[in-house]
Amino acid sequence: MTSLIASIGRGALDNLAAAGRGTVLLLDILRQLPHVWKMRSEILEQMHIVAVGSLPLVLTTSVFVGAVTAVQAVYQMQAYVPMKFLGTIISKSVFIELGPVLVALVVGGRLCANYAAELGTMKVTEQIDALEMLAIDPMRYLAMPRFVATFLMLPVITVFADGIAVISGYFVSVATMDVTVSTFVEGLRMYFDVADVASGLIKSFFFGAIIALSGLFFGLGTKGGAEGVGNATMMAVVGSCLSVLVADYFLAMLLFQVVFNK
Amino acid sequence: MSDLLQGLPMPDFSVADPSSRDGIVLQGVTKSFQGRKILDNFDFTIERGETVVIIGRSGEGKSVMLKHIVRLLNPEAGNVWIDGEDITHMNTKRLFEVRKRFGMLFQGAALFDSMTICENVGLGLKEHSGLSAEEIRIRACECLAQVGLDKVEDKLPSQLSGGMKKRAGLARAIAMRPDYILYDEPTTGLDPITSDAINDLILQLQAELNVTSIVVTHDMASAFKIADRMAMLSGGRIIYAGSVDHVKKTGHPVVRQFIEGSAQGPLSVF
Ligand SMILES: Nc1ncnc2c1ncn2[C@@H]1O[C@H](COP(=O)(O)OP(=O)(O)OP(=O)(O)O)[C@@H](O)[C@H]1O
Ligand SMILES: [Mg+2]
Repeated sequence: MTSLIASIGRGALDNLAAAGRGTVLLLDILRQLPHVWKMRSEILEQMHIVAVGSLPLVLTTSVFVGAVTAVQAVYQMQAYVPMKFLGTIISKSVFIELGPVLVALVVGGRLCANYAAELGTMKVTEQIDALEMLAIDPMRYLAMPRFVATFLMLPVITVFADGIAVISGYFVSVATMDVTVSTFVEGLRMYFDVADVASGLIKSFFFGAIIALSGLFFGLGTKGGAEGVGNATMMAVVGSCLSVLVADYFLAMLLFQVVFNK
Repeated sequence: MSDLLQGLPMPDFSVADPSSRDGIVLQGVTKSFQGRKILDNFDFTIERGETVVIIGRSGEGKSVMLKHIVRLLNPEAGNVWIDGEDITHMNTKRLFEVRKRFGMLFQGAALFDSMTICENVGLGLKEHSGLSAEEIRIRACECLAQVGLDKVEDKLPSQLSGGMKKRAGLARAIAMRPDYILYDEPTTGLDPITSDAINDLILQLQAELNVTSIVVTHDMASAFKIADRMAMLSGGRIIYAGSVDHVKKTGHPVVRQFIEGSAQGPLSVF
């Protein structure tokens, strides 16, 4: 019993310490922001990896997210809600919730694994030490470009994904279900609210920061050899996905009960 | 202190005023991993311009000691002075200035595997020198030629053999023309002819540029050729230090056994 309490206490302390170190990492990265111009080519390269590299994944995800939302919405609405609300429901759920969160989960998994495995391997093969020996700060050279690129590009990817998902929902509704083009478009336009899109984008900035931070944190903290890299990669992906979901809740509270509260 | 050194004289490397002297001074440096003390109140001094060879058994902490000299590892206790400056509590910016005067060859070469050999060697210059890309490439090729590598500039590290990687790592270490070079097993994995060329390079850097070198090696032929002074690390401390002639003639049983490479003696094998 005492050992159980002790281990819970130790777990809590470990998590607290990790949160502390994560904050320190974030501050270290933010401190490198004055070097953004100097690091522009690395940042652009990372942006390319984040955005262009994620396109096929995001495309597939959003096509099916749009499609399944349409099918589910039609199924749940029939007999209760007029079909003119179909476009409204699909677009709102995509803009506010599904787009930002699912992009953060799938793209986050991809990027976290990439960052953690790459930096973890560099750590265990002493490449990070070698950078330090060349008087190059790994925070400036490795961490900051990845952070900035993810932070800036995730919202861009999200806008793209939102668009694809709504279009896909439209096609599925019109082509396979008993919905006319004008009904769908009317619903889409009637209740469109910029705040919906804005809230989704604000969330995805936060998600971008969470994803980058998680990948970098576990990558740079890697210990041991191949097993350590595997472990770090797993922790980074798990950490990122869970943090995104938790942050989603708190951001929703903040955004819809305070910021966009009408 | 371990039993095997019982009754043997322990050299004393403590210095009175480390902040007013040139060279590298380590004082009372202590470091443990998983509760095991790797460096235990480690004292040692390296003069400007000399080549010191550190010998010692595998796993005794030679690489750990080298990393403390440039604070890639932080000591639990003790201090490291570089030319009179205590680097132990220095801020990162100052520390980077100190590191710019150092080159380091890592035991595993530690080449950046996403960059070509030329980019690896030229990275320090690209970041700090203000030279043009063309000039950097020329300098990188010169350094590669000095370690006997040519036509590999545009290859990736994964396309090189182990010995070639080691030499590319050495080229990167000398590219910034450092005052101090730390070599972690520079000749391991090289054929005898290339090894000797590396020995000559170390001597040449010392003669022409007054480079201070600290060389960790298991290669006795190389050690005898390049060392001004040899020191043996055992049990977390330097248990013996002396010139090559002294080492060759020493009656110290542990050092004798080590340089003769004998399984019989005070050091047990398993
Ligand atoms: N980062 C680390 N974490 C845990 N233990 C470590 C770490 N680095 C070194 N050690 C331990 O410290 C000891 C000394 O390691 P070090 O690499 O300095 O040995 P060495 O003298 O260079 O050996 P070799 O001649 O085989 O290279 C080893 O027992 C090793 O297990
Ligand atoms: Mg070693």
